[in-house]
Amino acid sequence: MLPTQPYMVNMGPQHPSTHGVLRLRLVLDGETVLDAEPVLGYLHSSKEKLQEEHTYLQTIPITDRMDYLSAMNNNLGCALAIEKLAGIQVPERATYIRVIMSELQRIASHCFAQGTLLQDMGAWGTPLMYFLYEREQILDIFEMVCGARLTYNYIRPGGVSQDLPPEFFPLVRKFLAEFPAQLDDYERYLKDNEILRARTVGIGVFPRELAINASATGPTLRASGVPWDIRKADPYCCYDRLEFEVPVGQRGDCYDRFMMRLYEMRESLSIIHQALELLPPGEWKAPVPLVIRPQPGDAYAHIESPRGELGYYLVSDGGASPWRFHVRAPCFINLTALRDLLVGHKVADVVVIVGSIDIVMGEVDR
Amino acid sequence: MYGLGVAKGMLVVLKRLLRRPVTRQYPEEPAPLAPRFRGYDFAWVEERCTGCATCAKACPHGCIEIVTHPSEDGRYSIDVFDVDTGLCMVCGLCVEACPYDALYMGRGFELAQYQRGDLVAHKEDIANRALLSAYYRTPFQEQVGTRENIQGFYQPIKGLEKAPAAKPQG
Repeated sequence: MLPTQPYMVNMGPQHPSTHGVLRLRLVLDGETVLDAEPVLGYLHSSKEKLQEEHTYLQTIPITDRMDYLSAMNNNLGCALAIEKLAGIQVPERATYIRVIMSELQRIASHCFAQGTLLQDMGAWGTPLMYFLYEREQILDIFEMVCGARLTYNYIRPGGVSQDLPPEFFPLVRKFLAEFPAQLDDYERYLKDNEILRARTVGIGVFPRELAINASATGPTLRASGVPWDIRKADPYCCYDRLEFEVPVGQRGDCYDRFMMRLYEMRESLSIIHQALELLPPGEWKAPVPLVIRPQPGDAYAHIESPRGELGYYLVSDGGASPWRFHVRAPCFINLTALRDLLVGHKVADVVVIVGSIDIVMGEVDR
Repeated sequence: MYGLGVAKGMLVVLKRLLRRPVTRQYPEEPAPLAPRFRGYDFAWVEERCTGCATCAKACPHGCIEIVTHPSEDGRYSIDVFDVDTGLCMVCGLCVEACPYDALYMGRGFELAQYQRGDLVAHKEDIANRALLSAYYRTPFQEQVGTRENIQGFYQPIKGLEKAPAAKPQG
């Protein structure tokens, strides 16, 4: 055995597996990680400060750019916070449209997360393309509803910007009919795959107590066995009228986090089915002025985004723009425990662990 | 047994192999755009525009520049109506803000130019392009939203019959 000494390696910011520009300062002994420190801020674009220059309506398209893989959920959280601040009542139809859009977005986001995680593990291309095939269908639906494929600007204070077009229903029903069979296929393809199991089972175990301590949320927390879901714990929109399960893992390793997303896609499908059944006719937007001037005060609204609890904290001083606009970004807070997950693993596992907590750097740095 | 999972997975791959590909050979075979698609080729109806600059105030990035002066007939005549499509993030707030339905999103998405200044769409570029517009915001406009009906809908506006033929869009 050769005597070795620890050395430092920079992983990122320009590393293909760091999902953007995450820089990890790793202290290695051979291939084993002794210490790890995430260095953030390479994608900082000062979006929170920028929002303080904008009117409340203008904040919505900027939120699209934070978590660009689940822009609908970002719109929804921001709109809920503004509505709470200004006391706007949302029509019933709009809440159901919001839930349908939010769950479609959850499926699209999880598809991308699964695909890139598998790509990080070395399943180069094929599974990613399979998942993107499904995601494209959802993006086509979104393009038809609101005119954009990535940055929707659809959910607004007071409702949604446009009603669902009549062509929406056959297309979404076709997707709902076809997707479960595809999901079964993917599960068969991946669940028992020996390579995937070897790479993920027992890797990056997030203990239950540590996950709660680190305020982790979303699939990352639920994989550790904590059934915490904002949709159940503090229902927003019409989630209290819909029936769905919250899947919970046991070990909290990468494999559980991977499977959580597969299960959650099934639950989302069931939610969309129910919401389409219950979708009432009527208005889709409350009359809201172009420039909202809420009373001085503050409001916090949180939603379950695909990555965890996405919260918006808005402070108003009575003016046309928010005095303070704070985002509780789930990716950022899930990253805080990264050191505890990485220490003791090999460098190759670092890629899998970072991929399995599903970060989007646009939201981490904001 | 080791390898059984991989074998089961490969059956799925074989199944996928027979699926019809959905890839589009983009420049030769353009993808169909949705009727509500928000693109760059802004369409602006000069006869409807009063120069109130509501669109410019609604824009989060301030990419619309409007300069007006009062004319003899009591209206404002518009000297400058520039849309900086290099700054624009196609959120569509300007179109929704316009109280006179004078501005529309277009269907363009191929934005490449040789000069940064060419990204600014001037008044002459965007006027009389309503036939190409794509983003309808009122339910009434949704109802009349087919291409033939729009031509009928806009017929009363003078000057529009000379609108240029729809240029090939990507």
